[in-house]
Amino acid sequence: MIGTNAILALAVVLFGIGALGVMIRRNVIVIFMCIELMLNAANLAFVAFARALHSMDGQVIVFFVMTVAAAEAAVGLAIIIALFRNRETIDVGELNLMRW
Amino acid sequence: MNAAVFSLLAILIVALAVGVVLNRNPVRSAMCLVGTLFLLAVMFVFLDAHLVAVLQIVVYTGAIMVLFLFVIMLLNLQTEAAEQSPAPMRALVGVCGFAFMGILGGALLVADGTDKFSAPVPAGFGTSVAVSERLFTHFLLPFEITSLLLLVAIVGAVVVAKKKLE
Repeated sequence: MIGTNAILALAVVLFGIGALGVMIRRNVIVIFMCIELMLNAANLAFVAFARALHSMDGQVIVFFVMTVAAAEAAVGLAIIIALFRNRETIDVGELNLMRW
Repeated sequence: MNAAVFSLLAILIVALAVGVVLNRNPVRSAMCLVGTLFLLAVMFVFLDAHLVAVLQIVVYTGAIMVLFLFVIMLLNLQTEAAEQSPAPMRALVGVCGFAFMGILGGALLVADGTDKFSAPVPAGFGTSVAVSERLFTHFLLPFEITSLLLLVAIVGAVVVAKKKLE
Protein backbone atom coordinates (compact mmCIF):
# COMPACT_ATOMS: atom_id res chain seq x y z
CA MET A 1 0.00 0.00 0.00
CA ILE A 2 1.07 3.54 -0.64
CA GLY A 3 2.08 5.65 2.34
CA THR A 4 2.59 9.35 2.87
CA ASN A 5 6.25 9.12 1.96
CA ALA A 6 5.51 8.02 -1.60
CA ILE A 7 3.25 11.01 -2.25
CA LEU A 8 5.81 13.33 -0.67
CA ALA A 9 8.54 11.84 -2.85
CA LEU A 10 6.44 12.63 -5.91
CA ALA A 11 5.98 16.19 -4.60
CA VAL A 12 9.75 16.51 -4.13
CA VAL A 13 10.43 15.31 -7.66
CA LEU A 14 7.86 17.71 -9.10
CA PHE A 15 9.35 20.59 -7.12
CA GLY A 16 12.84 19.69 -8.29
CA ILE A 17 11.73 19.54 -11.93
CA GLY A 18 10.07 22.94 -11.57
CA ALA A 19 13.17 24.44 -9.96
CA LEU A 20 15.39 23.00 -12.70
CA GLY A 21 13.07 24.51 -15.29
CA VAL A 22 13.29 27.94 -13.68
CA MET A 23 17.06 27.77 -13.75
CA ILE A 24 17.52 26.29 -17.22
CA ARG A 25 14.94 27.94 -19.45
CA ARG A 26 15.28 31.44 -20.91
CA ASN A 27 11.71 32.05 -22.00
CA VAL A 28 9.93 34.11 -19.34
CA ILE A 29 6.57 32.41 -19.81
CA VAL A 30 8.05 28.91 -19.50
CA ILE A 31 9.82 30.05 -16.31
CA PHE A 32 6.46 31.20 -15.03
CA MET A 33 4.93 27.81 -15.87
CA CYS A 34 7.67 26.06 -13.92
CA ILE A 35 6.85 28.28 -10.94
CA GLU A 36 3.26 27.06 -11.20
CA LEU A 37 4.62 23.51 -11.23
CA MET A 38 6.45 24.17 -7.95
CA LEU A 39 3.26 25.59 -6.41
CA ASN A 40 1.40 22.45 -7.40
CA ALA A 41 4.09 20.29 -5.83
CA ALA A 42 3.52 22.16 -2.56
CA ASN A 43 -0.24 21.66 -2.97
CA LEU A 44 0.31 17.93 -3.35
CA ALA A 45 2.37 17.86 -0.14
CA PHE A 46 -0.37 19.75 1.72
CA VAL A 47 -3.07 17.37 0.52
CA ALA A 48 -0.93 14.35 1.41
CA PHE A 49 -0.48 15.62 4.96
CA ALA A 50 -4.15 16.47 5.26
CA ARG A 51 -4.90 12.88 4.39
CA ALA A 52 -2.25 11.52 6.73
CA LEU A 53 -3.36 13.51 9.76
CA HIS A 54 -7.10 13.39 9.01
CA SER A 55 -7.21 17.16 9.27
CA MET A 56 -9.01 19.47 6.85
CA ASP A 57 -6.58 22.34 7.46
CA GLY A 58 -4.25 21.12 4.74
CA GLN A 59 -6.97 21.33 2.13
CA VAL A 60 -8.02 24.80 3.24
CA ILE A 61 -4.42 25.94 2.82
CA VAL A 62 -4.45 24.47 -0.68
CA PHE A 63 -7.53 26.59 -1.36
CA PHE A 64 -5.56 29.68 -0.38
CA VAL A 65 -2.49 28.66 -2.36
CA MET A 66 -4.64 28.28 -5.48
CA THR A 67 -6.14 31.72 -4.97
CA VAL A 68 -2.76 33.34 -4.50
CA ALA A 69 -1.43 31.51 -7.55
CA ALA A 70 -4.31 32.85 -9.64
CA ALA A 71 -3.66 36.42 -8.48
CA GLU A 72 0.07 36.02 -9.12
CA ALA A 73 -0.53 34.59 -12.59
CA ALA A 74 -2.75 37.54 -13.51
CA VAL A 75 -0.27 40.18 -12.38
CA GLY A 76 2.76 38.30 -13.71
CA LEU A 77 1.28 37.87 -17.17
CA ALA A 78 0.32 41.55 -17.22
CA ILE A 79 3.94 42.38 -16.44
CA ILE A 80 5.11 40.07 -19.23
CA ILE A 81 2.77 41.79 -21.68
CA ALA A 82 4.07 45.22 -20.66
CA LEU A 83 7.63 43.91 -20.93
CA PHE A 84 7.05 42.58 -24.42
CA ARG A 85 5.46 45.84 -25.49
CA ASN A 86 8.53 47.80 -24.43
CA ARG A 87 11.35 45.42 -25.24
CA GLU A 88 10.07 43.12 -28.00
CA THR A 89 11.80 40.20 -26.30
CA ILE A 90 11.01 37.70 -23.58
CA ASP A 91 14.43 36.14 -23.40
CA VAL A 92 15.77 36.61 -19.88
CA GLY A 93 19.30 36.68 -21.26
CA GLU A 94 18.52 39.99 -22.90
CA LEU A 95 16.59 41.52 -19.98
CA ASN A 96 19.70 42.46 -18.06
CA LEU A 97 19.26 46.18 -17.47
CA MET A 98 19.71 45.80 -13.72
CA ARG A 99 22.81 43.65 -13.84
CA TRP A 100 25.96 45.15 -12.43
CA MET B 1 -5.06 3.51 -3.73
CA ASN B 2 -2.84 0.62 -4.56
CA ALA B 3 0.74 0.77 -5.70
CA ALA B 4 0.05 0.04 -9.38
CA VAL B 5 -2.36 2.95 -9.81
CA PHE B 6 -0.11 5.32 -7.92
CA SER B 7 2.95 4.28 -9.91
CA LEU B 8 1.16 4.78 -13.20
CA LEU B 9 -0.10 8.22 -12.17
CA ALA B 10 3.31 9.23 -10.80
CA ILE B 11 5.15 8.19 -13.96
CA LEU B 12 2.70 10.09 -16.16
CA ILE B 13 2.89 13.20 -13.97
CA VAL B 14 6.69 13.23 -13.95
CA ALA B 15 6.84 12.60 -17.71
CA LEU B 16 4.51 15.52 -18.43
CA ALA B 17 6.41 17.76 -16.00
CA VAL B 18 9.66 16.96 -17.80
CA GLY B 19 7.80 17.80 -21.01
CA VAL B 20 6.97 21.24 -19.60
CA VAL B 21 10.63 21.93 -18.92
CA LEU B 22 12.17 20.50 -22.06
CA ASN B 23 9.78 21.54 -24.82
CA ARG B 24 11.02 24.16 -27.26
CA ASN B 25 7.54 25.27 -28.27
CA PRO B 26 5.81 27.27 -25.50
CA VAL B 27 2.35 26.11 -26.55
CA ARG B 28 3.43 22.46 -26.15
CA SER B 29 4.89 23.34 -22.75
CA ALA B 30 1.57 24.83 -21.72
CA MET B 31 -0.36 21.78 -22.90
CA CYS B 32 2.02 19.50 -20.97
CA LEU B 33 1.37 21.62 -17.89
CA VAL B 34 -2.39 21.29 -18.44
CA GLY B 35 -1.94 17.51 -18.50
CA THR B 36 0.16 17.59 -15.33
CA LEU B 37 -2.43 19.67 -13.49
CA PHE B 38 -5.24 17.40 -14.63
CA LEU B 39 -3.44 14.27 -13.44
CA LEU B 40 -2.68 16.02 -10.15
CA ALA B 41 -6.42 16.57 -9.77
CA VAL B 42 -6.86 12.81 -10.26
CA MET B 43 -4.28 12.27 -7.51
CA PHE B 44 -6.21 14.65 -5.26
CA VAL B 45 -9.36 12.57 -5.77
CA PHE B 46 -7.43 9.48 -4.69
CA LEU B 47 -6.33 11.38 -1.57
CA ASP B 48 -9.92 12.17 -0.55
CA ALA B 49 -9.64 15.87 -1.44
CA HIS B 50 -12.70 16.15 -3.65
CA LEU B 51 -13.39 19.88 -3.48
CA VAL B 52 -9.72 20.66 -4.00
CA ALA B 53 -9.64 18.39 -7.04
CA VAL B 54 -12.62 20.11 -8.64
CA LEU B 55 -11.14 23.53 -7.86
CA GLN B 56 -7.85 22.43 -9.38
CA ILE B 57 -9.59 21.63 -12.65
CA VAL B 58 -11.86 24.66 -12.70
CA VAL B 59 -9.41 27.28 -11.42
CA TYR B 60 -5.96 26.03 -12.33
CA THR B 61 -6.49 24.32 -15.67
CA GLY B 62 -9.65 26.15 -16.61
CA ALA B 63 -8.62 29.70 -15.79
CA ILE B 64 -4.91 30.09 -15.11
CA MET B 65 -3.68 27.89 -17.95
CA VAL B 66 -6.16 29.47 -20.35
CA LEU B 67 -4.71 32.84 -19.34
CA PHE B 68 -1.24 31.51 -20.08
CA LEU B 69 -2.33 30.30 -23.51
CA PHE B 70 -3.99 33.63 -24.25
CA VAL B 71 -0.76 35.46 -23.47
CA ILE B 72 1.36 33.01 -25.47
CA MET B 73 -0.85 33.46 -28.49
CA LEU B 74 -1.16 37.22 -27.96
CA LEU B 75 2.61 37.55 -28.02
CA ASN B 76 2.73 35.12 -30.94
CA LEU B 77 5.62 33.16 -29.55
CA GLN B 78 7.34 30.82 -31.93
CA THR B 79 9.32 27.70 -31.31
CA GLU B 80 12.55 28.92 -29.86
CA ALA B 81 15.97 28.22 -31.23
CA ALA B 82 18.15 25.76 -29.35
CA GLU B 83 20.55 28.45 -28.19
CA GLN B 84 21.01 28.16 -24.46
CA SER B 85 23.39 28.82 -21.60
CA PRO B 86 26.79 27.12 -21.87
CA ALA B 87 27.08 23.39 -21.20
CA PRO B 88 29.11 23.53 -17.94
CA MET B 89 26.50 25.83 -16.43
CA ARG B 90 23.69 23.50 -17.44
CA ALA B 91 25.60 20.50 -16.05
CA LEU B 92 26.13 22.31 -12.74
CA VAL B 93 22.46 23.27 -12.55
CA GLY B 94 21.44 19.70 -13.30
CA VAL B 95 23.76 18.31 -10.61
CA CYS B 96 22.44 20.82 -8.05
CA GLY B 97 18.85 20.00 -8.92
CA PHE B 98 19.33 16.28 -8.62
CA ALA B 99 21.33 16.70 -5.41
CA PHE B 100 18.47 18.71 -3.95
CA MET B 101 15.95 16.04 -4.92
CA GLY B 102 18.26 13.36 -3.56
CA ILE B 103 18.67 15.06 -0.19
CA LEU B 104 14.93 15.51 0.26
CA GLY B 105 14.25 12.00 -0.97
CA GLY B 106 16.83 10.61 1.45
CA ALA B 107 15.13 12.46 4.28
CA LEU B 108 11.91 10.77 3.27
CA LEU B 109 13.59 7.36 3.32
CA VAL B 110 14.75 7.71 6.93
CA ALA B 111 11.61 9.43 8.14
CA ASP B 112 9.68 7.05 10.29
CA GLY B 113 6.29 8.45 10.98
CA THR B 114 3.30 6.51 12.00
CA ASP B 115 0.33 8.39 10.73
CA LYS B 116 -3.24 7.67 9.87
CA PHE B 117 -2.74 7.49 6.13
CA SER B 118 -4.00 3.92 5.69
CA ALA B 119 -6.88 4.40 8.10
CA PRO B 120 -10.21 5.26 6.48
CA VAL B 121 -11.08 8.92 6.66
CA PRO B 122 -14.02 10.26 8.65
CA ALA B 123 -17.27 10.66 6.76
CA GLY B 124 -17.49 13.86 4.77
CA PHE B 125 -13.73 14.34 4.62
CA GLY B 126 -12.76 16.52 1.70
CA THR B 127 -16.24 17.63 0.77
CA SER B 128 -17.22 21.28 0.42
CA VAL B 129 -19.07 21.11 3.75
CA ALA B 130 -15.91 20.10 5.58
CA VAL B 131 -13.77 22.71 3.80
CA SER B 132 -16.20 25.53 4.46
CA GLU B 133 -16.60 24.48 8.07
CA ARG B 134 -12.87 25.21 8.55
CA LEU B 135 -12.69 28.08 6.09
CA PHE B 136 -15.36 30.28 7.66
CA THR B 137 -14.48 29.68 11.28
CA HIS B 138 -10.79 29.16 11.85
CA PHE B 139 -9.54 30.66 8.59
CA LEU B 140 -11.92 33.59 8.36
CA LEU B 141 -9.28 36.33 8.48
CA PRO B 142 -7.13 34.80 5.69
CA PHE B 143 -10.30 34.39 3.66
CA GLU B 144 -11.15 38.08 3.90
CA ILE B 145 -7.57 39.11 3.21
CA THR B 146 -7.56 36.84 0.15
CA SER B 147 -10.55 38.66 -1.27
CA LEU B 148 -8.67 41.94 -0.81
CA LEU B 149 -5.64 40.36 -2.50
CA LEU B 150 -7.75 39.38 -5.50
CA LEU B 151 -9.08 42.91 -5.81
CA VAL B 152 -5.58 44.35 -5.72
CA ALA B 153 -4.39 41.79 -8.27
CA ILE B 154 -7.20 42.58 -10.70
CA VAL B 155 -6.65 46.34 -10.48
CA GLY B 156 -2.90 45.89 -10.74
CA ALA B 157 -3.13 43.61 -13.78
CA VAL B 158 -5.36 46.09 -15.61
CA VAL B 159 -3.11 49.03 -14.77
CA VAL B 160 0.11 47.27 -15.77
CA ALA B 161 -1.16 45.82 -19.02
CA LYS B 162 -3.01 48.73 -20.52
CA LYS B 163 -1.45 51.12 -22.97
CA LYS B 164 -0.38 54.51 -21.77
CA LEU B 165 -2.77 57.27 -22.64
CA GLU B 166 -1.06 59.85 -24.80
